[in-house]
Amino acid sequence: MSHFLRDYLNVVWFGIAALAIGGLLLGLAAAIRPSKPNYDKGIAYESGVDPVGMGWSQSQIRYYVFALLFVIFDVEAVFLFPWAASSERYGTFGLIAMLVFIVLLLDGLVYAWKRGLLRWV
Amino acid sequence: MLAQLAAEFPDWYPEWNIPYWLMSILRVVGGLVAVLLPAGGIVYIFLFKMMSFMQSRLGPMEAGPYGSMQLLAEVGKWMQKEDLAPDNADVRIYKMAPLIVLLSTFLLVVVVPFGPQAYFTNFETGIFYALAVASVSVLGILIAGWSSANKYSLLGGLRAGGQLIAYELPMVLATLGVVIQAGSMNLNRIIEVQNTGEIFGIGWIGNPFVITQFIGFLIFMIAVQAELTQSPFDMPIAESELVSGYMTEYSGFRFLIFFIAEFATAGVFGFIASVLFLGGWGVPFTWFGWEGISDVAWWMNFVGPLIMFTKMFALVGVIMWVRFSYPRFREDQLQTFAWKVLIPLALANTAATAILKVVF
Repeated sequence: MSHFLRDYLNVVWFGIAALAIGGLLLGLAAAIRPSKPNYDKGIAYESGVDPVGMGWSQSQIRYYVFALLFVIFDVEAVFLFPWAASSERYGTFGLIAMLVFIVLLLDGLVYAWKRGLLRWV
Repeated sequence: MLAQLAAEFPDWYPEWNIPYWLMSILRVVGGLVAVLLPAGGIVYIFLFKMMSFMQSRLGPMEAGPYGSMQLLAEVGKWMQKEDLAPDNADVRIYKMAPLIVLLSTFLLVVVVPFGPQAYFTNFETGIFYALAVASVSVLGILIAGWSSANKYSLLGGLRAGGQLIAYELPMVLATLGVVIQAGSMNLNRIIEVQNTGEIFGIGWIGNPFVITQFIGFLIFMIAVQAELTQSPFDMPIAESELVSGYMTEYSGFRFLIFFIAEFATAGVFGFIASVLFLGGWGVPFTWFGWEGISDVAWWMNFVGPLIMFTKMFALVGVIMWVRFSYPRFREDQLQTFAWKVLIPLALANTAATAILKVVF
């Protein structure tokens, strides 16, 4: 097993520890807390008024648009990291290439801006 | 499998001769301390005491000296509360959601170095990993908002999702400036560069990036404020409109897990910000005549965590100070601020840093 994978094994241990400690505390709580469900406790909380309609209502499409924008920018930001870590090695050539890339990113943002996608109405 | 692992890792710390399983347990215990101690400290010092003093009251005073045991009393109280789920809820994932948020915090603390050898992992791409894992909590929050089958929860979850992804971009781009300047994504290397560097030939305080990357630091801290959904960015849990947002239906210990995870994440982000901008666990190496990270004395493994905690509490103190001082942004202001101000600014900062780095 390489050093790289050894380090990632620690991540697995930490993940297991997080779930274990959460589960342990929840189990402890389950042992000492009461459980007396009734109808009133089971309805959705809407500030003391009986809920109207379903909780899973439709909502605005703009969340979807913003999520799409995010994916585009995040994926493009990923490509900047390897260059950023060794920007000295690539020198002026890398700099110009990446500036072109950053300008393209900005261009995408300006396009979305002009199309009115960044307006939250 | 364990025997195989033990055979494969005899060289972990050869000079101490600690077997791998023991080392792993020590690491996990250290991780628990690094997550829960900041969480408890932040809740007591800032949420109980600083907020009270800013509002001209004393805060909790009864449990323990100056109310310092209040948090334990609270945990005991929450443990005894009934664990309710709405009848319409998607119960299985409803109960999972707090654990996912907690998991994100634990996965995040794995990368934080506390000393030259006192780290949990030493990823070459540490900061990249941190940014990736930090966004796992969005999933937990979206799940919580959706599965509650409550209109407030759904709106709160969607708002939280929209906010967290909008402010993740400035955070990633602000980090990019640090990576360019340090020339590495490894957190220990970033600390080494800051503590051995110099600003225009003046080297006695090293080169903490908070000075040379000041714009990046501001963007990063604003983004952290928003990622932690602290006021003025607390639109997802705006109590005057949404009761408690995605947490509305949660009660008892599951609510407390959300609460603890929020402040534990604040602590971990404080650690990461102090690594990126304030020199992390280090003191300027020239003070002791160290050339690089391999020269650093062994006792820094014990002093380093104290330095880290000091810096973390200072940064989280600023976050909390802002939280208690400013009123909430409106939803459209909040999104506009991220997309139209912070992201272009962060991109410009990245470009400027790159040009300066290559030219000089």
